[in-house]
Amino acid sequence: MLSNDISVILPELLLAVFAMASLMIGVWSKKQEAVSNLILWATAIIFVVFGAWIGLSPEGTSTAFNGAFVNDGFARFSKVVMLWGGASMMVLSRDYLLKNDLLKYEYPALITLAMVGMMMMVSAGDLMALYMGLELQSLSLYVIAAFRRDSLRSTEAGLKYFVLGALSSGLLLYGASLVYGYTGTTSFTAISSVVTLEGVSLGLLFGLVFLATGMAFKVSAAPFHMWTPDVYEGSPTPVTGFFATAPKVAAAAMFARVLFDAFGEAVSDWQQILVFLSIASMFLGSIAAIGQKNIKRLMAYSSIAHMGFALMGLAAGTEEGAQSLLIYLAIYVTMNVGVFAFILNMERDGRPILSIDSLGMYSRVAPGRALALAILMFSLAGIPPLVGFFGKFYVLSAAVDAGLIWLAVAGVIASVIGAYYYLRIIFLMYFGEQTEGLNGTMPAAHWVFLGGAAAAMVLGVYNLFGVESIAGIAAATLIH
Amino acid sequence: MVITTLAFYLFALTAVASAILVIVSRNPVHSVLWLILTFFMSAGLFVLMGAEFLAMLLMIVYVGAVAVLFLFVVMMLDVDFATLRGGIAQYLPLGLLIGLILIMELGLVFGHWIFSENAPDLRAAVTPIPEEVENTAALGQLIYTDYIYLFQAAGLILFVAMIGAIVLTMRHRPNVKRQNILDQIYRDPGEAVEMKDVKPGQGI
Amino acid sequence: MQFMIDTFGLYFGTFLFILGQCLLLLVLVLVALAFLMYADRKIWAAVQMRKGPNVVGAFGLLQSFADFIKYIVKEVIVPAGSDKVIFFLAPMISFVLACIVWAVMPFNEGWVISDINVGILYIFAISSLEVYGVIMGGWASNSKYAFLGSLRSAAQMISYEVSIGLIIVGVLISTGSLNLTAIVMAQDGNYGLLSWYWLPHLPMVVLFFVSALAETNRPPFDLPEAESELVAGYQVEYSSTPFLLFMIGELMAVVFMCALITVLFFGGWLSPIPGLPDGVFWMVAKILFFFFLFAMVKALVPRFRYDQLMRLGWKVFLPMSLGWVVLVAAFAQYGVPGYARWAVGG
Repeated sequence: MLSNDISVILPELLLAVFAMASLMIGVWSKKQEAVSNLILWATAIIFVVFGAWIGLSPEGTSTAFNGAFVNDGFARFSKVVMLWGGASMMVLSRDYLLKNDLLKYEYPALITLAMVGMMMMVSAGDLMALYMGLELQSLSLYVIAAFRRDSLRSTEAGLKYFVLGALSSGLLLYGASLVYGYTGTTSFTAISSVVTLEGVSLGLLFGLVFLATGMAFKVSAAPFHMWTPDVYEGSPTPVTGFFATAPKVAAAAMFARVLFDAFGEAVSDWQQILVFLSIASMFLGSIAAIGQKNIKRLMAYSSIAHMGFALMGLAAGTEEGAQSLLIYLAIYVTMNVGVFAFILNMERDGRPILSIDSLGMYSRVAPGRALALAILMFSLAGIPPLVGFFGKFYVLSAAVDAGLIWLAVAGVIASVIGAYYYLRIIFLMYFGEQTEGLNGTMPAAHWVFLGGAAAAMVLGVYNLFGVESIAGIAAATLIH
Repeated sequence: MVITTLAFYLFALTAVASAILVIVSRNPVHSVLWLILTFFMSAGLFVLMGAEFLAMLLMIVYVGAVAVLFLFVVMMLDVDFATLRGGIAQYLPLGLLIGLILIMELGLVFGHWIFSENAPDLRAAVTPIPEEVENTAALGQLIYTDYIYLFQAAGLILFVAMIGAIVLTMRHRPNVKRQNILDQIYRDPGEAVEMKDVKPGQGI
Repeated sequence: MQFMIDTFGLYFGTFLFILGQCLLLLVLVLVALAFLMYADRKIWAAVQMRKGPNVVGAFGLLQSFADFIKYIVKEVIVPAGSDKVIFFLAPMISFVLACIVWAVMPFNEGWVISDINVGILYIFAISSLEVYGVIMGGWASNSKYAFLGSLRSAAQMISYEVSIGLIIVGVLISTGSLNLTAIVMAQDGNYGLLSWYWLPHLPMVVLFFVSALAETNRPPFDLPEAESELVAGYQVEYSSTPFLLFMIGELMAVVFMCALITVLFFGGWLSPIPGLPDGVFWMVAKILFFFFLFAMVKALVPRFRYDQLMRLGWKVFLPMSLGWVVLVAAFAQYGVPGYARWAVGG
């Protein structure tokens, strides 16, 4: 029995053991710097290998620990995206950490533990398991947000993240306790059967609303987004990049997991919440980003807007919606990896510069990088025929098919507004004023990611690298 | 039964009263002490419910460790709580509103006491029968079998908290003399001390 | 009406009975304490080749009672600017906690006021509360010396509580029960003192003894008092009866620790030699023996420095006791003789 359970959670277990082992090695070694470097690379490689392992593991759904842990296609898809996204950010972060004297072995270990938490979140089949995964992830992220402990901004970011994160966890727990009270169980399948039998009572609805609120905090959907810009700005840039990739996927996938697995029979009850969150996020993200000068803050608002689009897929409440959510997340992670590969190298004379004004006429300084970034910005804005457009297209069509036509219309409008600030960056790079700009060189590894992401945005137009069909299979396992 | 009822009201009323005193006390140290009393009374309530293990755990963990830390922090921090309290009028309406909402929801839960039909059965499914197993053993049997996943996950969370505390606060200061006790223990008197036979009145 | 009389009569009778038991135990413990305090001083004096108290009564036997009267009749001095309620609450808490912890201590089979299932947890809970007397006393005195002393003392007690807890867990794994009587009964074997827990748990007995010294702020870990630096630690502002309460509370905790070692590792009231009858005599004799050790340590061992104390607690005792828990769990699981008594004895 237990051995069977363990075989199901083997990847998570091994990752946790790896994190502990790497800490041990780090603590006992004499040469901190070299060992930290080694551990960082090892972590990245292990993420990639585990991603491949999980991705190539056989189809089918298996559960462990009385259904507290579910390993199905949906979880596997999310895990692969998270692991590969995390691995990319790990590789990208090395140079920045080295330069700023932040390269400690705890960094990869904490990210690994956060990854374990995220994998637990997307595989949760029980409210308690969900909460455990969520806390494991959040706590690790609070710490790495404040990782640059000598910087006031970083510690402030960590503290803000912690306080608001704790608040959202509290809301989520309150909701979970109401759900437990009114259904008598914390298991998603059992909650779902209670909902099927008796419908959603008032108390259960309250629980659902609180749960959704707590999770909206975690995906940084408006109106629960207020921590995002400050945390993105204050955290060390590689940490910000990490925040924009794996945790976003985990939170959105967890959202989908709860809504579809536990409340799949009550779509009409949560659809309006999701619609509201989606519209608010899209518009807030698009409009508030316009005034931003700092590229990290800009990316924060951009992530809020993108989460709005992702939630639109969820709001559809259909298998097609779940599929579009997964596609959107995969594309979003790819774009962010590329953009952050660029942001990490925005520097003048070795000092990081984050103002977007410094990009003036950047195309003259480094035409290759400017072109790659321009492609990524077009893609983020959702301009056809780049891949970013297809992400939005799938989400919008899922919304339309679910009868939420006006939501789709709102999405298009928000997307047009949002395009302004993405295009402004391109404008600055090609037609802006010549300023005292950036002059750093880019390590080869970063070039690979920036160029690779940009190339993927163009080449993926052909068939999205098959993500569509994989996401379709994954989404099918979520809908009962 | 009478004694139990009396004890219940004693514990419950004291718990509520001291909980109120936690927030109205002017002196933050007093607040923490009232908080400790609240914990203590809650432990008493647990005992009345037959959950002696939880009661003791509450005392050991919350009263014996967490509250001591609170007390340390409150005693040592030089925070002027009077000025902090100054803003109370500003935040009071909002706080009251939130409190009101929470109370309304609790009322809703109680008023809506028609829990779904199979909820009690589902909840009871994991509860052992008190006559058969004492609750310490019952908890152990559940935690280490059905809930081992959650238990270990909780352990992992605490582990992260520990790493976080170390990463964010520990500083290795260079050039600090440290005592290495093992070195001292293994020090060989033969190497360190040289015996000289000094004749009286001659000096070395 | 009759029902009420019956119920209340019944309850009242039970109440009186329990009260009587408690009072009896307390009086016995307190009287014993008076002589133990005397013994403590005598042993200390003997080691230092002094005479020790020898004036009041024959051989100075009544010295403690004379001290007691002196403490009570002296004037209570309350420092200016102190928090009066807490100032007086602190010694009372200290004393009361030291008293109520005896409730679960069995002196013989069935000779226990409350034989609860979670006895050892109760002891642990109460002893973790004892910190409060110290902290509150130090804080309420409104004095820097007292405050520093209380902080030290609290940190020390909390640190060593951790290793004490883990050592106890080892014994619990062996017994499979949290009940103190059950722990003693599990040590009842055919080989007298060789079947007690001290043998299989040998390294932990030493650790427990040292931790008990630290937990009760006894020398060589009496840093909170540290006469040379902090005058008398958290007690510096106390005089008269409140001081007496602190002192009795502290000494009671010491004796209690002796009783706890006896019960956990040395078979409580069980007789060390097979064939001799078990009984309360053995329990008392063992307690006295450990008290003698406490007194000898006080006389013989020089005081630790504070950082050494913390190092010992966190870097030596904690890993050792933690490792021991794992080891005992493995031994018990795989049936190494002597470790899994619950499997045989129940």
